[in-house]
Amino acid sequence: MDVFIQGIVQAFQLLIHGDPEVLRIGALSLAVSLSATAISLLIGVSLGTALGLTRFVGRRFLVSLINTGMGTPPVVVGLVVTILLWRNGPLGVLHLLFTPQAMIIAQVIISLPIITGFTMASIQQVDPKLRLQMLALGASRLQLLWLLIKETRLPLLAAVMAGFGAIISEVGASMMVGGNIKGQTRVFTTAIVQETGKGEFGLAMALSIILMVLVFFVNLALTTIQQKSRLR
Amino acid sequence: MNQSHMPELPYALEASNLSVILGGQKVLEIPSLHVLPNQVLIVIGPNGSGKTTLLLSLALLLRPASGTISFDGQSISNGSEILRLRRRFAVVFQESLLLNTTVWDNVTLGLRMRGFKNDETKVRTQKWLERFGIASLARRQAKRLSGGEAKRVSLARAFALQPEVLFLDEPFAALDSPTRQALIQDLGHVLRETGVTTVMVTHDRNEALALADRVAVLINGRLRQIGLPEEVFSSPADEEVAGFVGVENILPGAVVAQKDGIASVSIEGRQIEAVSRLLPGAKVTVCLRPEDVTLTVPEPKAAASTARNRLSGRLVTTSHLDSQVRVTLDCGFPLVALITQRSCAELGLAPGREVVASFKASSVHLIARSSVFQTTGAV
Repeated sequence: MDVFIQGIVQAFQLLIHGDPEVLRIGALSLAVSLSATAISLLIGVSLGTALGLTRFVGRRFLVSLINTGMGTPPVVVGLVVTILLWRNGPLGVLHLLFTPQAMIIAQVIISLPIITGFTMASIQQVDPKLRLQMLALGASRLQLLWLLIKETRLPLLAAVMAGFGAIISEVGASMMVGGNIKGQTRVFTTAIVQETGKGEFGLAMALSIILMVLVFFVNLALTTIQQKSRLR
Repeated sequence: MNQSHMPELPYALEASNLSVILGGQKVLEIPSLHVLPNQVLIVIGPNGSGKTTLLLSLALLLRPASGTISFDGQSISNGSEILRLRRRFAVVFQESLLLNTTVWDNVTLGLRMRGFKNDETKVRTQKWLERFGIASLARRQAKRLSGGEAKRVSLARAFALQPEVLFLDEPFAALDSPTRQALIQDLGHVLRETGVTTVMVTHDRNEALALADRVAVLINGRLRQIGLPEEVFSSPADEEVAGFVGVENILPGAVVAQKDGIASVSIEGRQIEAVSRLLPGAKVTVCLRPEDVTLTVPEPKAAASTARNRLSGRLVTTSHLDSQVRVTLDCGFPLVALITQRSCAELGLAPGREVVASFKASSVHLIARSSVFQTTGAV
């Protein structure tokens, strides 16, 4: 039990003193995961909308693939990205392995299926007659898409939360493609793994608490937007 | 159809050789349909007759398998034209189909998408919110409105566009009766004020009677009759139309005599008279609306009546509707009459009672089965 109390105390100490290493880890964690979420959102919403609105041969296969992707273990993604970015791998010339960019790539791959799947499901549950009504009001193709996305903003925000939650908390891929290099690619989860391994339970606990609080506030912000737009 | 009384105007909207196939089945086949400018055309028909399909085709929201639709004298072909033309129309569906935002934003939506300036959008939105009595709801969330309020929003949204053709697809079907009555009245006023060319589909005959300049009857994907409402309701073109427009007495008969435009018709051995120029020998279907039949009890000195037809019969059943009583008689053939609750009580009607059914010769409509001379043409 001591470990927990010690962790909480240490967490406060680290925050109050503005420990530079903790601040760096926090900033990088947020930067990597938020950029990955943003990129996934951009690609996933387009892809999900397209999949939700069209019918083509092989669609069912693609949808199954995406649903499987939602449950892909991060270590598998980490492995694949590592192989791709390895010095003499197909993308080795980019020299991205063990950089934050590599971590973003891996996290995009993890969160993309989640956001795509959620988007597709929410677009599909919009009444087809509403689409017809929008066309009847004079919507062009682009206007129609924009309206549908706006209309599904509540489930889409849930998709953002789910996507962000999945990658801010994953450790396997970040560890493999980032390498947990101090001051460069160390994020909360990899640092927690390392400190735990070293037996520094107090510090690990402190980092965990800070991570949880951070995730809580990001989700609180998203939830506020979501509920506000529902009740306004 | 006799349209000689119509002024010679170009058609606002015209469909020719229109056919729509859904799920491998031909659900609509319309050789020709004209929508006259500044008129309300109401297409009635039973559920599943293809009314919505027809409306969507005319509104350019459903691509027909074949056929052309012309608007303003131009036939519509390519895609970019369709968007441009849709922006001259407006459609109100059975469901209100509002977006999850405020009433104001819902009403301005079409105007914004059509590229109207902010000032114009504001003025029109305010005007139509007021016109439909919902200006006080402007800031409310659309999803929190009652059914009647939501319907008013969707009507305001359509009228704010000032469409050249307005399409209404069963706009009142989902509303409760008092709300529906109020809204039909309001819509009637607005339609007359604006004079907007309108196509509405409904299965409700009363809505057609309340709002239509012309009525078309669609059954099984085919237009069976089109004409003035009173024409269609009193002189249906065939038995199915007769059944749909509320003619409950549809009886087989034969013309046995003809004098000065009055035909004597024999039904099951009993004779009635009808205003018709059909000649003796013509096999006919006799149509008579139940509300055109009045009932009396036999009395020695019967009250004078202008009704040419007086048939004695025996009352078989009575069934009570809203404020009326539906009475079935046996006059040698079954005859249905619709009378008020009050006269039912006054006459002391009960099964087995002897009654006299009277109706005017002009209330009887004859459909020729083996035509000798037709009084009324089909479509």
